[in-house]
Amino acid sequence: MKKSVANRLLVLSAVMSMGMTAAYAQGTAAEGIAKYREMLADGNPAELFEMKGEELWKQKRGPKNASLEQCDLGKGPGVMAGAFTELPRYFQDTGRVMDLETRLIHCMVTLQGFDSAELYKAAPTIGKGEGANLVAITTYVATQSKGKRFNLSQAHAKEKEMYEVGKRLFFQRGGPHDFACSSCHGVDGGRIRLQDLPNLTKNPGDGIGVAAWPAYRVSNAQMWTMQKRLNDCYRQQRFPEPKFGSDATIALGVYMGVNANGAESIVPAIKR
Amino acid sequence: MKKAISFAMIPLAVVALSACTSGMGGANYEQAHADVVAASFQAKGIATLDYLKQDDANRECSAADVAGKPLDEKVAKAIEEANLKTVKWPSDGKFLGDWKEGEKIAQSGRGLTWSDKAGAANGGNCYNCHMIGKEEISFGNLGPSLYNYGKLRGVTDPNAAASKAIVEYTWGKLWNSRAYNACSQMPRAGHKGILNEKQIQHVMALLLDPASPVNK
Repeated sequence: MKKSVANRLLVLSAVMSMGMTAAYAQGTAAEGIAKYREMLADGNPAELFEMKGEELWKQKRGPKNASLEQCDLGKGPGVMAGAFTELPRYFQDTGRVMDLETRLIHCMVTLQGFDSAELYKAAPTIGKGEGANLVAITTYVATQSKGKRFNLSQAHAKEKEMYEVGKRLFFQRGGPHDFACSSCHGVDGGRIRLQDLPNLTKNPGDGIGVAAWPAYRVSNAQMWTMQKRLNDCYRQQRFPEPKFGSDATIALGVYMGVNANGAESIVPAIKR
Repeated sequence: MKKAISFAMIPLAVVALSACTSGMGGANYEQAHADVVAASFQAKGIATLDYLKQDDANRECSAADVAGKPLDEKVAKAIEEANLKTVKWPSDGKFLGDWKEGEKIAQSGRGLTWSDKAGAANGGNCYNCHMIGKEEISFGNLGPSLYNYGKLRGVTDPNAAASKAIVEYTWGKLWNSRAYNACSQMPRAGHKGILNEKQIQHVMALLLDPASPVNK
């Protein structure tokens, strides 16, 4: 299994350059990406992260020497199927709306005894330590909702409020370039250079926009979760940095997630 | 059962809300948004919290976008007038520089992110959104095509009196796009210090010099 993924990785760069050449010729990057997604259908490198995540989910770790198997992701302790495609959601035990990553940190603290501040400090560094572990666990848990349709709740007042806050963040212009999320993601059929941009003010379609994250990024051989995706969007938007797991990131997750309700998740996706 | 739980949760939620944020009323989403912004962002590199400060134009246009309504006409006019006043005309009287340099600036999307260094020359980000020269096929589509920009506007001699209006408008648009369209999505290259006067002269040449490949 691992070997086949490694072999796939070898051909990946070749496929990628082929895909991109084709995309340039065709005038859209989407077809090239669709092509190498198809070619990698049974050997997505994201599987390596997924496998590591599964081990970490089941492994007894931390000061309490416990696994994460009793983690309640919103559908009861240990229930993973369909949990990701309903996140972010309101959790009564914390009184907060949480996304998958902040909920997993909550479980690592409460079940395993890890230090919350240390986990938040480590989380942005996705390549090593607990940051890399969190990416792997996030990938594993999210993948248990592969093929499910987004179905975020707006029943709780706090969920509704986070949607409204997220909407205001989405249209918030600022920085030296006056950019908002909506500058790039507010219209249909938009492109930056050749990169197609999903319209995130509505359901952009199955496997597009939020329904395509977490994703393995071929160009830098990294697995990116929504937290990392939003962080790099804000960098390019010329904003200050959103803190990991901050309410701004969760509010945007609610806004984009509710808008995408009905879209099928293709997690773990593969990206340029 | 479900109903009973959700009713029981309301007082809890209210307590939690008032405990962690001040003045967050039942549906005061503006205040909730302001509180979330204040708590969520941190300075990184050159991207300080000053980046979050909005002028009237950004505040009004963001609010209009949230409401899904166009800006009130009077407000739009006031924004355009205020922004027009910020336009600095070329100090040496020259509107056009070197189109070859302009092409390089149009190609570059660098600058002013938290991973960029202070004082480094910024790019214009032009090809990210516009078709410009015909040779470059990797262009975005969020802005209109600028191919044949000068030619289509009849600019055969940028120094001629007949060209004055379009040359000045183009300078103003590059310096501060909001002078002509209150909620334009185009960055205000001169006003916000993205490009300096010399760089804008070069981009002007790319668009208006009859020798520029844009006008071939």
